[in-house]
Amino acid sequence: MIYYDKVSKVYPDKTVALEGVSFGIEPKEFVTIVGHSGAGKSTLLKLLIAEDWPTDGKVFFESADIHKLSKGQTAKLRRRIGTVFQDYRLIPTKTVYENIAFAMEASGRKDREIAADVPHVLELVDLGHKIWNFPRELSGGERQRVAIARAIVTQPDVIIADEPTGNLDPGNTYEIVRILKKINELGTTILLTTHNKGVVDTVGGRVITIEKGKVVRDDKEGKYIL
Amino acid sequence: MILTTFKRITRTGFVSFWRNGFLSFAAIVVITLSLLTLGGLIFAGAFGRSLLEQVKSQVDINVYFALAAPEADILTLQQEVNSLAEVSTTTYISREQTMSDFQAKWKDNTLIMQGLQELGANPFPASLNIKAKDPGQYGGIARYLENKNPTDSSGTPIIDKINYEENKLVIDRLNRIIPTVEQTGTILAIVFALVAAIVIFNTIRLITYTVRDELAVMKLVGASNVYVRGPLVVAGIMYGVVSALITLVILAAAAYWSDALILRVAGVDVAQNFSFAINVFSRYFSTNFTELFSVIMGAGIILGGLSSYIAARRYLRV
Repeated sequence: MIYYDKVSKVYPDKTVALEGVSFGIEPKEFVTIVGHSGAGKSTLLKLLIAEDWPTDGKVFFESADIHKLSKGQTAKLRRRIGTVFQDYRLIPTKTVYENIAFAMEASGRKDREIAADVPHVLELVDLGHKIWNFPRELSGGERQRVAIARAIVTQPDVIIADEPTGNLDPGNTYEIVRILKKINELGTTILLTTHNKGVVDTVGGRVITIEKGKVVRDDKEGKYIL
Repeated sequence: MILTTFKRITRTGFVSFWRNGFLSFAAIVVITLSLLTLGGLIFAGAFGRSLLEQVKSQVDINVYFALAAPEADILTLQQEVNSLAEVSTTTYISREQTMSDFQAKWKDNTLIMQGLQELGANPFPASLNIKAKDPGQYGGIARYLENKNPTDSSGTPIIDKINYEENKLVIDRLNRIIPTVEQTGTILAIVFALVAAIVIFNTIRLITYTVRDELAVMKLVGASNVYVRGPLVVAGIMYGVVSALITLVILAAAAYWSDALILRVAGVDVAQNFSFAINVFSRYFSTNFTELFSVIMGAGIILGGLSSYIAARRYLRV
């Protein structure tokens, strides 16, 4: 479904983020990518949503080379990939409802559908009571749950989560992982990066370990080993 | 679908205009000031033009006829002069008219009235006052009359004197000054309009810069460029519309206020000698309202909308 083909990424300041990385991801997999800060985890995810370009190699989504897509096709690809960022990236001037509705509006859903789905997805992340609040009125854990709601509301094929628990306390961290596992059980492919041992051990499943831009381990039933 | 997109973009634009209250306020203040510069320029231009028109209309030449010139010949000449393309108006003043004007003016001065009585006959010649469409054309009109040198039936020239040479100095100076004034005005107008446009563009660029992260997020959740940029353009147009309305109100107030000020400062002199200056601004405002409205509103909408459109471009590359 997703395939990284000998991908390298060197930033303009000569920092090597990735070096000849190749691996594939099957539909409905829950893949955790672990590694120290700066190992290249975030770069991998950025390449998948065409937020960044590889210096060398290709990234495929199904049969499409992501970095050869037109603007319109890139937008369509991004609607099939829900993204959760470590810093939430909610739109501060929109309410919780509007933040989530925006993703649906952008993918051209009908108003009736939006009005029905947004409260439903907020119930799913247990935030039904905060629907008209602004992001600044929410705690970190709540914001991250809104971000997850935004990512899943368009029922994407893949969810990528870049250190979604990085800013959260253990309780919230566990809650986020629980939600992600639930989404995966419903059939969505999940690609998660973390450097939190607890998260890896809770998730189970496939673990890819990255060190200094290279894949050093790829275990089917991995544990956190660094 | 297009309708839905349009509706959503417009609604989002309105909402963000309202929620980003402080930014909107700042933008409106700056755009209003820029539009006021533009409006002030239009008013200054109108005032300058009406001043120039007034000066131009003060310039004329008079043709004085021989005392014996038959009125019929003079009226024929007037018709010929009137048919010249350069001539705006001609006024014939008969000998009797000149006499009675003179008498009316000096009726309290017994010495002059006595002198006039002793002369017995009417000493005043008939005259033809000619106004050209443009001050530059007086020379040509004067030459035309000199070359034509019309005569009566007995062959005596009917024109005694043309006062073009006496007025030549003033006319020549005006001919030099007027184009310079007009050109300077145009250049100033262009410079100020450009400054206004740049100020508006930069303000909107700063506002767009403050929301650049949001634009990136919108793109990353799969929004197309239209969806990201549209609300910004709507908000930009709203800044323009609100600023234009405020500008028009301020301009109207300023027009009526400065008219009152001119009258108070210059007093009776203005009323007598510069009657054109009475209510010049408010008259201009009311007669040219449609044009003013279109220019100010158009500039506001186009500058606001276009600035947002251009400013958003660099943040859409994500």
